[in-house]
Amino acid sequence: MSTSAKPRLAQAAEPVEQALYEIRRKIYPRAVTGKFAASRWFFVWATQLVFYGLPWLSWNGRQAVLFDLVHRKFYILGLVFWPQDVVYLTVLLIISAYSLFLFTAVAGRLWCGYACPQTVYTEIFLWIEKAIEGDRARRMKLDSAPLGGRKLALKAAKHAAWIAVALWTGFTFVGYFTPIRHLWAEAFTLSFGPWEWFWVNFYGLATYGNAGWLREQVCKHMCPYARFQSVMFDRDTLIVTYDGGRGEPRGSRSRSVDHRAKGLGDCVDCGICVQVCPTGIDIRDGLQYECIGCAACIDGCNQVMDKVGYPRGLIRYASENAVRDRLSFAGIVRRVLRPRILVYTAILWAIILAAGYSLYQRVPVKVDVIRDRVASVRDAEEVENVYRLQIMNTTEAPRRFLISVSGLPGLKISGGDAEVEIGAASSRMIPVRLQAPRQQAKTGANPIVFTIQTAGEAEPVAIAEKASFVVQ
Amino acid sequence: MSDFTSDFWSYYVAVITLASIAACAVLLWSMSTRRVAGDKVETMGHVWDENLVEYNNPLPNWWRWMFYITIVFGAAYLLLYPGLGRFAGYFGWTSSGQYQGEQAKAEADYGPLFAKYAAMDIPAVAADPQAREIGQRLFLNYCSQCHASDARGGRGFPNLTDKDWLYGGDPATIEATITSGRNGIMPPLGQALGEEGVKNVAQYVLSLSGGTHDAAMAAKGKETFGTICVACHGPDGKGNPALGAPNLTDQTWLYGGAEATIAETVRLGRNNKMPAWGEFLGPAKVHLLAAYVWGLSNGKP
Repeated sequence: MSTSAKPRLAQAAEPVEQALYEIRRKIYPRAVTGKFAASRWFFVWATQLVFYGLPWLSWNGRQAVLFDLVHRKFYILGLVFWPQDVVYLTVLLIISAYSLFLFTAVAGRLWCGYACPQTVYTEIFLWIEKAIEGDRARRMKLDSAPLGGRKLALKAAKHAAWIAVALWTGFTFVGYFTPIRHLWAEAFTLSFGPWEWFWVNFYGLATYGNAGWLREQVCKHMCPYARFQSVMFDRDTLIVTYDGGRGEPRGSRSRSVDHRAKGLGDCVDCGICVQVCPTGIDIRDGLQYECIGCAACIDGCNQVMDKVGYPRGLIRYASENAVRDRLSFAGIVRRVLRPRILVYTAILWAIILAAGYSLYQRVPVKVDVIRDRVASVRDAEEVENVYRLQIMNTTEAPRRFLISVSGLPGLKISGGDAEVEIGAASSRMIPVRLQAPRQQAKTGANPIVFTIQTAGEAEPVAIAEKASFVVQ
Repeated sequence: MSDFTSDFWSYYVAVITLASIAACAVLLWSMSTRRVAGDKVETMGHVWDENLVEYNNPLPNWWRWMFYITIVFGAAYLLLYPGLGRFAGYFGWTSSGQYQGEQAKAEADYGPLFAKYAAMDIPAVAADPQAREIGQRLFLNYCSQCHASDARGGRGFPNLTDKDWLYGGDPATIEATITSGRNGIMPPLGQALGEEGVKNVAQYVLSLSGGTHDAAMAAKGKETFGTICVACHGPDGKGNPALGAPNLTDQTWLYGGAEATIAETVRLGRNNKMPAWGEFLGPAKVHLLAAYVWGLSNGKP
């Protein structure tokens, strides 16, 4: 990190109020093309096609992905999750966290550079900005020009386009929680409910503000990831690196002279890498916490290198060790397979496989057994206990279930094994009375097991739930 | 605030609250307008951890404005919602009012369904599968704590699935029982009868349902029964539904039919209370519950 303590202290000692706060310089990132910009656009398309498109898909006559908060049912394609399945959300978060650790350890802030919504929406908004106002130089000129008809028209057009995208984003977001086709119909009559109004506008405003106005400030000042990334980096992590040994001393030169003879490095000091940087840093100062790893400077520099006829890669993905030891490509790859990465990978796959297995094995029925307390023992020849079984059918079709019980000799359900029908994706409480011969059960709590099995199905699924049978 | 006899504490709270907010605003305003002497930023002379020093820089704008917004929000909130002593706020919001609003909404949502069943007589409601399901849910929520989930009751709590009723099992009576509750009292007769008398009566009661008993004691007990117990349980011991006095000639026992238990009942009496649900549940739900309970012992389960 370049921001050592010294410049900070020197800054603070200056007797001006600005010492505490740096006024934000507006950044005008220059548009760039190249391998990495193309990758970023690929991810913009991939993530946003999913985000904007998913709520419109149907599955078995309902929205394919819908998080129905009111009814506490979470539909994801063929699966219906209930609040009791929250463990899968936990697992998803753990997988996300481990993926982040792994990718960061391998190649730095890949997430930030290519897939983070902040990056993705900023990219989209920058594209709109460029389409309306022009590229960096024209935008700077426009901003410094006095307010006139043309400037007003351009600014209004830009913000209108931004707001349109932002509101559509907010609309789509709400469409994950309330049926989007219904929401679409409501949009025409402006008859959203109060919470729909709030969230469409809140999420839209957040998109507009973050991607249009705040941009790199979110990454620099709001996102915690920048601050703790250093613990995930090591000297073998691939990061966007300026090869100082090759580039320095930098300086402009005429194409006809041999720069080596003049004692110059490969860096022509054109400043493109600074102009394209969305966070406004100079990568030639080394790794900085502001760097989101977007590799725009690599694309920009490579174009310049091509133009001046030098080899590409003055700025490239390289690890500290790779630059220092001049490692070959094979050497870098070998270093990627270090214990830290292997451990992360192993843990990540273990969790993914376990979660996948658990999902595959997931039984679409849940049971809670609640024992009645009032009449644990009835004055009869047989001991009676009464239970309440809450059976939850998590599939989207009505199902019949057969209730049986085991655990004590002679234990039976009064009136025989019960068969009940539970409606689609609903739950029902079933009172069940158990009887056991008095001499068979010991006084106190006897462990028993309820088995709930689907009835009349070719491949029945069963679930067992423990309970106690109490004898006084 | 109704705990207090005067308005003093109400004003006390309101004045302190408003004064504190005003004081915050004044302090903030004065601190943010006062310039550092000579516009020179200096340390305040505090040093922590060797080199952390505090400067007398002005407050950052974002922070200052957030504070102002907080003050405005606080004032607006106190104007709109109750927060200043007894002042009810412009909206007149109360937690009970919100609860009633939610109840009214639920009433609007489910009212038509309940109204449909309220208009039907109880056997018809009991024959309706959806009504039975609603009734069962209501029963499991409100009744099963005493009568058990299977409605067969327990010691001291009547079984609702048989044909034996303390107060009568016709639909109207069941509905009346749920609405107004019941209080069944068996007076303690231990002192009046003496221990000998209690045992004799218990033997006679045993004989009424054909249990094994001591004939001599039962004969003595019969006399006592004829003078005291007869008032409620009737001359033949068949009880009186008007009083909720149990029939003693059948095999159904609320507290148990062993000799010792019967003697205990006679000696110490019993006091059995069925709470009234009419006010809490409202007539529509009581109607559904009555139909469910009636249906338990009439025809379909």
